Amino acid sequence: MRHIISLQLENESGALSRVAGLFSARGFNIESLTVAPTNDETLSRMTIVSIGDDGIIEQIVKQLDKLIDVVTVTNLTATEHIERELALVKIDVNPNFRAEIDKHIDEHGGKIVDASEDTYTVEVVGKSQRVSDFLEAIDALKILEVSRTGVTGVCQKREY
Amino acid sequence: MKLNGAQILVNCLQNEGVEHIFGYPGGAVLHIYDALDACDNIAHILVRHEQGAVHGADGYARVSGKCGVALVTSGPGLTNAVTGIATAHMDSIPMVVISGQVSSAVIGNDAFQEVDAVGITRSCVKHNFLVKDTNDLANIVKKAFHIATTGRPGPVLIDITKDTTITEIEFDGYPKSINMRSYQPETKVDAGQIDKAVALITQAKKPIIYSGGGSVIGNASEMLRSFTRHTNFPITQTLMGLGAYPATDSQSLGMLGMHGTYEANMAMHDSDCIIAVGARFDDRITGNLDKFCPYAKIIHIDIDPSSVGKTVGVDVAIIGQVNDALNALIQALKDKKLVNIDAWWKQIEQWRGVDSMAYQTKSGVIKPQSVIEALYEVTQGEAIVTSDVGQHQMWAAQYYPFDKPRRWINSGGLGTMGFGLPAAMGAKLADPKADVACVTGEGSIQMMLQELSTMLQYDTPVKIINLNNGYLGMVRQWQEFFYEKRYAMSYMDALPDFVKLAESYGHIGIKVEKEQDLKPALIEAFKQKDRTVFVDILTDPSENVFPMIPSGAGHHEMLLAGRDEMASVNDEGLHLV
Repeated sequence: MRHIISLQLENESGALSRVAGLFSARGFNIESLTVAPTNDETLSRMTIVSIGDDGIIEQIVKQLDKLIDVVTVTNLTATEHIERELALVKIDVNPNFRAEIDKHIDEHGGKIVDASEDTYTVEVVGKSQRVSDFLEAIDALKILEVSRTGVTGVCQKREY
Repeated sequence: MKLNGAQILVNCLQNEGVEHIFGYPGGAVLHIYDALDACDNIAHILVRHEQGAVHGADGYARVSGKCGVALVTSGPGLTNAVTGIATAHMDSIPMVVISGQVSSAVIGNDAFQEVDAVGITRSCVKHNFLVKDTNDLANIVKKAFHIATTGRPGPVLIDITKDTTITEIEFDGYPKSINMRSYQPETKVDAGQIDKAVALITQAKKPIIYSGGGSVIGNASEMLRSFTRHTNFPITQTLMGLGAYPATDSQSLGMLGMHGTYEANMAMHDSDCIIAVGARFDDRITGNLDKFCPYAKIIHIDIDPSSVGKTVGVDVAIIGQVNDALNALIQALKDKKLVNIDAWWKQIEQWRGVDSMAYQTKSGVIKPQSVIEALYEVTQGEAIVTSDVGQHQMWAAQYYPFDKPRRWINSGGLGTMGFGLPAAMGAKLADPKADVACVTGEGSIQMMLQELSTMLQYDTPVKIINLNNGYLGMVRQWQEFFYEKRYAMSYMDALPDFVKLAESYGHIGIKVEKEQDLKPALIEAFKQKDRTVFVDILTDPSENVFPMIPSGAGHHEMLLAGRDEMASVNDEGLHLV
């Protein structure tokens, strides 16, 4: 099953590679990983999407918690949470099928953030599934480039 | 007080109570050596290879219970140390390794003797630090010792750039305490889990205690004895746990696992309640996981939550120090009645009657098992025994019953050949009055021979018991069983004359070729209190380690010496190491 794991870790050099290294050394799977500083400049927030059965996810959480630089580990999937992902998608737009593309953008809540004579750059934000759905809706041959941020998320309760 | 980084480091080490450092100098650590030279209460042991330094510090830590310290230079100094660091990591040994690094200005430039020490060691340390600012140094040293010695212990690397050691700053003393929000390893034992465990223990008809290295590292020997006596439960110990509970006690079933006793493995298999104490269900213990302890409820005591449920699902997890957990169990069991387990003990006595450790003697050859038995007799069971890795390691574990903890020193997790000799040197430094024996083989000993020179220089007399069968014995055994006797590269041709070799290093060498010479030679060796003696003993080259759970089999499917044909191993088994 797909799990979203959220970490707070010391904002120190090497912390990211400790987490990434743990996943490869123990053969855990990473679907996506995002990391950035938080409002507390001593902390980074990392969000990892991994797929595994309950036993593996439990081991992932425990092994992450064991890393000295990791301050908190939360399995967001185990609680009510908000997840978001952003994608920038560059699309080949030829006047003949521009209308069709406009329709897909509209249906998936996309936003054209840049347009040239024959390309659109579209921003899609939402759950990962929405981003995936949008990409599936567009004819693969017309997609020139995709850059997805990976999932980030927060739990909905005031404290977790 | 104005000090340079090197002086600050030495000041910190003094404040940590460090008395021995095992190390090897080089360009990046010259300032540290300069400062160390001016310090007269830390002894430095100049090894001959950095791997020897780390194994030395490791043996020292295992015997003394203190944090071992090793000091190496950048580049090859650090890479040579990696095997030692990984060895300590797998066996949860408290250790701080200090490595020099090139100056921060040239890091990343592929400078002379530069390697990414933090990157290389990341997966085999508990934690590591790169120090680029002298102002950070004292705090990091404090953190390193704190991390290495608390919770589940392990090695911590401090990689220090050369400029950090040179820069002078105003030093206002070693920090007295440290608080790390991201590292709070000491947890109180959960009362609810104790209640659940008690409920299982009081219903158990076929209980067994399975104790591991955590009982040794957690200094929980006394508590383990109290708990075992209090419950009258049988106890089996892992390779890493030997000595925490006295092997010669009637409740002890000996070691379990791949080369454990018949009674220990059968009792594990048939048990309805296993109390795992500081043990991690390693693959050498469990055998085939699908066949592991099919009838048992499992209670698992461990300081490391990630050990729980890693390979085997458990019913009750008690996270905390072994001492605290066992104490809580003893208190909770005081007014409880346990099930009468006389029938269980009767069954165990039947298994014991199989006498799985029996071996056949043959006239004209020295059986390796008899060497260990003679060693036990000559040292009256009181020696510290280190070992290398292979058949001799198993025989030492099987035929030298350890009654006290921190007497059996071996690389259980990583299985590092070459560990035994430098570890013996560290053991002798930690406990100079003890007799120290290094049980080894002609394969392993040649991996760290150079430390014979260090041992002369620092006067650490140990007795090297070389079980010389001319083969990489464990490899040969597996080739015999699983590769149709195709002995690929397991034969040791062109061995040195170990007697002359020992003599050339300034030690005593004795060669034993006949059975009747064995005991007199060992007696003579241990008489030489102040000398290292290399006893080279020619043993039966065809002897195998039994009993044995072959790869892919369960505890109840073990093979006994001379009684079972080696069954062919299935494909699944061949994939196991």
